[in-house]
Amino acid sequence: MFFYLIRRIAYAIPIALAVGFVCFMLVQIAPGDPINAIVPPDAPGDVVEQVRRDYGLDKPLPVQFGLWLLKVVQGDLGRSLASGRPVWSDLSSAIGNTLMLAASASLLGFILGCVLGGLAGTFRGSWLDRVAVTLAVGGVSVPHYWLGMVMVVIFSVQLNWLPAMGAGPGGSSDWAWDWEHIKHLILPTVTLCVIPMGIITRTVRGIIAEIMNQEFVTALRGKGLTRRGVFLHVVKNAAPTALAVMGLQLGYLMGGSILVETVFSWPGTGLLLNNAIFQRDLPVLQGTILVLAMFFVALNLLVDLMQTALDPRIKRG
Amino acid sequence: MRLKKFLMTACLMALPVLGASIAQAQGTLRIGMTAADIPLTNGQPDQGFEGNRFTGIPLFDSLTMWDLSSADKPSGILPGLATEWAVDANDKTRWVFRLRRGVKFHDGSDFNADAAVWNVRKVLDRDAPHYDPRQVGVTATRMPTLRRAEKIDDYTVALFTSEPDSLLPINLTNLFMASPAQWDKMRATSANAEAAWLAFARDPSGTGPFRLTRFVARERVEYARNDAYWTDKAKLDRIILLPIPEATARTAALLSNQVDWIEAPSPDTIPQLRQRGMVITSNAQPHVWPWQPCFTEGSPMADVRVRRALNLAIDREGLRTLLGGMMSIPVGTVPRGHPWFGNPSFNIRTDKAEARRLLAEAGYGPQRPLNLKVQISASGSGQMQPLPMNEFLQQDLKQVGVNVEFDVLEWNALFASWRQGCRDASARGAHATNVSFAAMDPFFAMVRFWDSKMAPPVSNNWGFFNNPRFDAMIAEARNSFEPAARDAALARLHAAGVDEALFIWIAHDVSPRAMSPRVRGYVQPQSWFVDLRLPFIQ
Repeated sequence: MFFYLIRRIAYAIPIALAVGFVCFMLVQIAPGDPINAIVPPDAPGDVVEQVRRDYGLDKPLPVQFGLWLLKVVQGDLGRSLASGRPVWSDLSSAIGNTLMLAASASLLGFILGCVLGGLAGTFRGSWLDRVAVTLAVGGVSVPHYWLGMVMVVIFSVQLNWLPAMGAGPGGSSDWAWDWEHIKHLILPTVTLCVIPMGIITRTVRGIIAEIMNQEFVTALRGKGLTRRGVFLHVVKNAAPTALAVMGLQLGYLMGGSILVETVFSWPGTGLLLNNAIFQRDLPVLQGTILVLAMFFVALNLLVDLMQTALDPRIKRG
Repeated sequence: MRLKKFLMTACLMALPVLGASIAQAQGTLRIGMTAADIPLTNGQPDQGFEGNRFTGIPLFDSLTMWDLSSADKPSGILPGLATEWAVDANDKTRWVFRLRRGVKFHDGSDFNADAAVWNVRKVLDRDAPHYDPRQVGVTATRMPTLRRAEKIDDYTVALFTSEPDSLLPINLTNLFMASPAQWDKMRATSANAEAAWLAFARDPSGTGPFRLTRFVARERVEYARNDAYWTDKAKLDRIILLPIPEATARTAALLSNQVDWIEAPSPDTIPQLRQRGMVITSNAQPHVWPWQPCFTEGSPMADVRVRRALNLAIDREGLRTLLGGMMSIPVGTVPRGHPWFGNPSFNIRTDKAEARRLLAEAGYGPQRPLNLKVQISASGSGQMQPLPMNEFLQQDLKQVGVNVEFDVLEWNALFASWRQGCRDASARGAHATNVSFAAMDPFFAMVRFWDSKMAPPVSNNWGFFNNPRFDAMIAEARNSFEPAARDAALARLHAAGVDEALFIWIAHDVSPRAMSPRVRGYVQPQSWFVDLRLPFIQ
């Protein structure tokens, strides 16, 4: 297991390099010019060239990439072209905000998904099953940014119950777990949870239904085990697969909430990425994607380890 | 009788409460900006003129300042931290500025000649310890001829330009005065000058009517009134600025009472905002939304008859209806009545018959239709509604036999192409480009487009317009140091530009804003900027 762990961590190095390189090249291939993040569009050519030199953007691309890499190895993600702030300072606060949103959306999505999937799998063919499947299909089909906008119109604009944007009345740096702040979290959380909720409902329903048809369940029933006892056995067998899907979903939520964060002006990594893309803010873009990719790798590793712990039949290493 | 007595007593008792509420009525104003991040607060904001509007003018002053007090006339310049100025009679590249006495920065240090020279050096002297490349891009471009500053005495400075330039006092509205003492304090605890500026941006010190009290990167910035301001103080106690780049989110924030004021509501939400009691404000703004022609050989736009025909073929009233009224109809780069408008002989209007006649005269008609290619963006700051507006123009021009093909670029890419000029491969053979621009000062309104020396890569003469008559008029304007003579020279330049139809003038933005009815005292000047000292919350 130890060597497996080392090997998996070592895998992260080429992944980080590849992510950094692909991201760097994508920004270079995209039309436009990163210099526009620093100088206004009407800047004279000589000023543009001077600023380009000052920022090292006149150097050959391999040199620019190499210099960035050298800094990253030393733990420095560079400075934002647009704001001049260290990338890490913006990124660390954004990660905290996204983690809070992703964790709350995952928790809600996983609970709802497990409950709905469990009910649907157990009572397959019943009206409960049909309701759960409808909700699951709706969850994965509805564009979540559209759902977010609709909820803003209903709950913020019309009913004035919940705030439409932001991470608290004083911004995320003042976050506290009180109602004034938590109500800022509700709409983005509900919006973001619908996709994992749908996917997990369908996954859990499928696994539960499959396990319920297996012979060992019939044997358990034949031995006179209570309904609760049988259910616990079924859950234990379904857990590794459900856990793997949940891990992936959490990873997606960490990096994939660009639209939801933009709709709700939630100051997380999605909004940071969105702005960096439009401003061609290369250091922010590269730093954010690199950190998110590493987070994804770490999360997968964690899920693998948890699966092994839950089901010793799954051998790693 | 008893009732009357009761009412009298109640009124008397209510008076102190009412008085207190009036005293506190100035309140906190929450503004939703279109910017995606807080514009830089180091004294030279980025994010275009929205940056100057919200993190420049409220926190810092400049030697000369815009008069933002009136909605009825174009904004002119006023003495700011300089009380008077004049060009040296013997050396037209040397200006003498007398500085205002008794002005203090927010940190308590004095504003004086040393501070003024220090602020010029921060962007123009690469050897200065506090030189900041980050501020060069957004400053040097807006005062292109300023070269250096020299202290004459504690309250007098000399500024030197690369050539005689009467526009300098207008350009200086873009150079904000930051506190050297505050920067020195930050430098003492920072590793280098760059880090010191970063620290300064978190705790800036200017001489403006507000001082920064809280900065949360990417989320909010908060100001409190500067009670020691050197002239009329602000009415508001506090301002909170929130970056909300998404128009729908801004509208929702206003309607759910999370902000009191939003910038640039999208036109389709304006009826709903009005219905909910919000106040929509707008005014003529020096913000031009044109097609800029390519004048090179082979371009149909090189023919003045074609340019005039296009100007006459556009149904601008129809376009205004499309935008819900949120544009004004241009008759040139500046509006009629502006000191620089002049007396052009070509009257920009809608006259499709005359447009057809001019096109026929230029050799275009049913047998030989005019085919145009225009570079446009799908969106972008200041671009209003580029896709529906351009599609409207495409349909409109079809009626006079002009076929328009669009080369749609991403906004950043269109900018990059704008700098290269229409001869460059990035123009992809386009005959015009659609980049909106600010026309606050003569350099930005006219000179950079019509001076042959401003052809790419120097500046924004994208179409390579080259006419010695215009070069001479620009030189004359730059050499007219008496304001009335300068304005007269600029008026002749503008009139000539209209007569030559050097742009296809399509729309002027009116900078719509939506605000809660609780916001009072607000004046929307004919400017990109607003005076945040005036509004208050009731």
